[in-house]
Amino acid sequence: MKRSKLSQILAGVLVNAIYEMKNYPIVLISTIISPLSLLLVITFVSSGALFGTAIEGGLIMIFFSSGIALQSDLSHLKNDFKLQDMIVSSPTSSRLYMGGMALAEIVYSVPALVILIVLAGIYLHPSLLQIAILSIVLLLMFAVSVAIGFMLSTFSSDVVQSYAFSRLLSLLFATLPPVYYPITYVPSPFNYLAYLSPTTYAAEIMHSATGYLNISTNMLILDWVVLLVVCAVILFIAIRKTRWREV
Amino acid sequence: MGKLECKEITKVYQDHRKALDNVSFSVETKGIFGLIGRNGAGKTTLIRILSTELEPTSGTASIDGLDVLSQADMLREKIAIVPQEARAIRWMTPKQTVMSYLLWRGYHYKQANQLALESLKKLKIDQYANILNTRLSGGTKRKVLIATVTASEADIIFLDEPTTGLDPISRRELWDILRELGKDRFIFLTTHYLEEAEQLADHIGILQEGKLVSIGTLSELRGSSRYQYSIKLPPKAQVPLLKDSEVTTSKSGHTQIMTNEAEAFRLARLFSEQGVKFSITPVTLDDIFFHIVGQKVREENEA
Ligand SMILES: Nc1ncnc2c1ncn2[C@@H]1O[C@H](COP(=O)(O)OP(=O)(O)OP(=O)(O)O)[C@@H](O)[C@H]1O
Ligand SMILES: [Mg+2]
Repeated sequence: MKRSKLSQILAGVLVNAIYEMKNYPIVLISTIISPLSLLLVITFVSSGALFGTAIEGGLIMIFFSSGIALQSDLSHLKNDFKLQDMIVSSPTSSRLYMGGMALAEIVYSVPALVILIVLAGIYLHPSLLQIAILSIVLLLMFAVSVAIGFMLSTFSSDVVQSYAFSRLLSLLFATLPPVYYPITYVPSPFNYLAYLSPTTYAAEIMHSATGYLNISTNMLILDWVVLLVVCAVILFIAIRKTRWREV
Repeated sequence: MGKLECKEITKVYQDHRKALDNVSFSVETKGIFGLIGRNGAGKTTLIRILSTELEPTSGTASIDGLDVLSQADMLREKIAIVPQEARAIRWMTPKQTVMSYLLWRGYHYKQANQLALESLKKLKIDQYANILNTRLSGGTKRKVLIATVTASEADIIFLDEPTTGLDPISRRELWDILRELGKDRFIFLTTHYLEEAEQLADHIGILQEGKLVSIGTLSELRGSSRYQYSIKLPPKAQVPLLKDSEVTTSKSGHTQIMTNEAEAFRLARLFSEQGVKFSITPVTLDDIFFHIVGQKVREENEA
């Protein structure tokens, strides 16, 4: 029979996002709350001065957390429901399965994304170039986090499978690093620590693109290089390490 | 007619545990094949290798001419499995469960929608189509998963312990459904219920500690078993001198004599003459299984 690839991707989006949102509408609220609460805190504490960077931070958090959420969702579906076993023994390829699941994470964040994009439109008035830069950075962020998510989900250990672990990753990479505010607010030596997180580089590019941060061209180039290299390396490892059939 | 063939399949897990030891057999891919064996015998390991989820350490297997390793993609077009620990996803309804699986198999949305409803109807659970899986009873949840794979076009279906946890009536209902399915597809199932294998399976395999110790139709298993008849006597009955038989006494004092045909008829005549109450039946799969597995346990105890 002729199989529709679109259906195969749609299945992941339905199972991992739409059905859950439809059957348990309460999850909609929680997906909105976490990126927006930090935005509010930062905005109030800075008396509104950091509203712009905080919007960008919220966007980074959403895209980065998607991949991390993907990891726990994949593990959950694989280990607690044996869904992945059923899919492996079916005509679905690993790429289409993972693709649908990853897309689902974005769909899951659509309510929060809409709010942030509207705020960004009103408050930042981005030019087309700025929109392009922000979009590329966010997509790279998404790719990195999705690759980390895949990789982790194939290690089946109890630690990796727990939601506490995903929350920890989210905290370490999306909340603690200076993504909601410029890195200049972080005193030495902690700013060096911040550079251990790929989200810091993404934030630097975004903050400088919208004029909240002044950095040299060299530094900016370095940010892009680091981001691209990290993305490539993690994707490469993920593709090499991810196993569809177990051994 | 196609065949499922295993050649010298061995599986050693990463922790060096040997789950399958040189398993070879061949069965036609029609009707129902039942695999039985104790906990840890290797049933799930074998079913996962055959359904292309797990790599064997050595050996090969093919289904309808398609190799499970090198031709997995083609094989996956025609197989489907309900794994032993599969659960219906909590936040979905039965209809959403079946539909999403069909979408994954590449059906168009409308077609998936229609096939899902038909499949739920076939398993007589269409009245629950739009209730969350989490609100269904355990038996209905199991049926949802079976409806899921059987809604598809797959003509080779693996079911790892499909009736575990069902009450006797639900189990029988499911047997009827599986029997019906077995008419135009090949069903490979594992079970702990010997009666189930006896009732359903055209061919039965017995796994014992990773080795396939017996395979055939029920009558072939009976034929290859040392004893073909089982005679049961009430407590306190006098057991006469026996030839070529094995006697076991249960806790309640009932005596079971397993023996061959000639001896069985001799004993039956003797007991009738003496007016001893007794029953005589061909050996059941139960008898055969306990005989094979029990012997092994006894040998180990003696060693
Ligand atoms: N992933 C694994 N890693 C290591 N050992 C395993 C793994 N899965 C199974 N085993 C071992 O392999 C052996 C066979 O297990 P398997 O699950 O195939 O048995 P089974 O016949 O399906 O048992 P049950 O009736 O309890 O489901 C057991 O000793 C088990 O502990
Ligand atoms: Mg098992």
